[in-house]
Amino acid sequence: MSVLLGLFSLVAIGAGVFFFVAGTLALLRFPDSLSRLHALTKADNLGLGLVVLGLLPRAGSPLAALKLIVLWAIVQLSSATVAQLIGGALRRQDAAE
Amino acid sequence: MILFDLGLAVLVLGVAAWTIAAREMFSAVVGYVAYGLLLAIVWVRLYAPDVALTEAAIGSGVTGVLLVVASKRLSLLPQADAPPGRGLKRAAAALSVLVAGVLAAAVLTLPDPAPSLAPEADRELAATGLGNAVTAVLIAYRSFDTMLEKVVLVLAVVGVWSVAPDRFWGGRPAPLGPPRPDAALVFLARVLAPIGIVIGVQMFWVGADEPGGAFQGGAILAAMAMIVMMARLTEPPRIDSGRLRLALIAGPAVFLVVGLAGPLMAGSFFAYPAGFAKPLILFIEGFMVLSIAVTLPLLVAGPPSRKGEE
Amino acid sequence: MNDVLLTAAGIILMTVAAGLVRVLDGPREVDRMMAVQLLGTGGIAALLLAASATEVAGVENVALGLALLSSFASVAFVTASPGTAKRARAGER
Repeated sequence: MSVLLGLFSLVAIGAGVFFFVAGTLALLRFPDSLSRLHALTKADNLGLGLVVLGLLPRAGSPLAALKLIVLWAIVQLSSATVAQLIGGALRRQDAAE
Repeated sequence: MILFDLGLAVLVLGVAAWTIAAREMFSAVVGYVAYGLLLAIVWVRLYAPDVALTEAAIGSGVTGVLLVVASKRLSLLPQADAPPGRGLKRAAAALSVLVAGVLAAAVLTLPDPAPSLAPEADRELAATGLGNAVTAVLIAYRSFDTMLEKVVLVLAVVGVWSVAPDRFWGGRPAPLGPPRPDAALVFLARVLAPIGIVIGVQMFWVGADEPGGAFQGGAILAAMAMIVMMARLTEPPRIDSGRLRLALIAGPAVFLVVGLAGPLMAGSFFAYPAGFAKPLILFIEGFMVLSIAVTLPLLVAGPPSRKGEE
Repeated sequence: MNDVLLTAAGIILMTVAAGLVRVLDGPREVDRMMAVQLLGTGGIAALLLAASATEVAGVENVALGLALLSSFASVAFVTASPGTAKRARAGER
């Protein structure tokens, strides 16, 4: 069982790392700000989400696991809002130009 | 691990250099925010989670907002485009080099092993009833310094207020957010602020025994006050409000009163009676949290710039 | 396992730090802000991984603090951008 859980952690964290790498590459390579914003939110949500998922089996107590989930939920909430705000600001700027 | 640390060090220095070299004000501000984030990770690597928490709370919650708002407000001024003169640049560089040089000299000439009071601080920890040596140092061993640091914060607010034009004295600082804030921002403020208040109070409360403390907790509460103001759910308060001023000085005032009562209770200035130290420390810290949570948003909001309705 | 976690933390941190090239390049202010936002999230992930690997007390609290405040600079950036500030001044005189 613990081997399976360890494997699960590895796979999830590996996938999380992948999304961070992909998000960064996209931030560097994508041609315009809106596509870059799209890439950023993927790294924010999936990257961190998968890392948290992978760390859950390793949490010392149910409360520690809950803390991880709350942390991820907070990042979800604020990064989704920021994406919305930045998108809106971009649209206003483009309309003004 | 050494590779990670080396990479981190190079990164921090690189971002710092970029921040100095940046030609536009806003790029420098963004670089500085990134620098603060990296610094928080450096403190964790140095096994100083208390400092890392402070850096995270102040760096991203308060100074980040302060600098972004300041750079945006400055860019509205007509003379903001004029770069500083060569003389000013040279003077600033000379001062920075001098400070960095003195610091480097101090660090490089430390005897090996560096002198440390950590064993003594740990040994007397039981007498304070606390579990976190950092909190014991701040509120018990060198409580007078900590009290004066809070006075400095109040002085900073006085300094900000002192640049207010006479006609606005007693009024409100400019709003932190746009007239019609985005609905998403309002939602974020409504959901995040209650969660943040709980986490802020918790960080203050666990500070007695674990990493955390009054400053970290107060800074998070301050950040929550700021996001509520950025979403225009509330306005920066009138600076002539009696309750506001009371909250501003509550921390240092309570600290000072307890310190002055020291000779009566425990036989010495700023001493705590044996066996009663921890409740007293938490009592002081509670008021400090209040003062910090009020002070930092006022620093970000700036001087009063409108009369403000009653 | 712990080494794997620390390596993952290192990769994430160095990757998002590479994204800071966007702070250099821009071209728009928004791009700079996004790079910092990514650095914040990556920093949180790296801290959580390091906390799980090294078990230093309080590191996950640092991550929690960062999570709570990671959006603040971006929010300030959007709410205080010159356009809105100008409108605010015009509207409230």
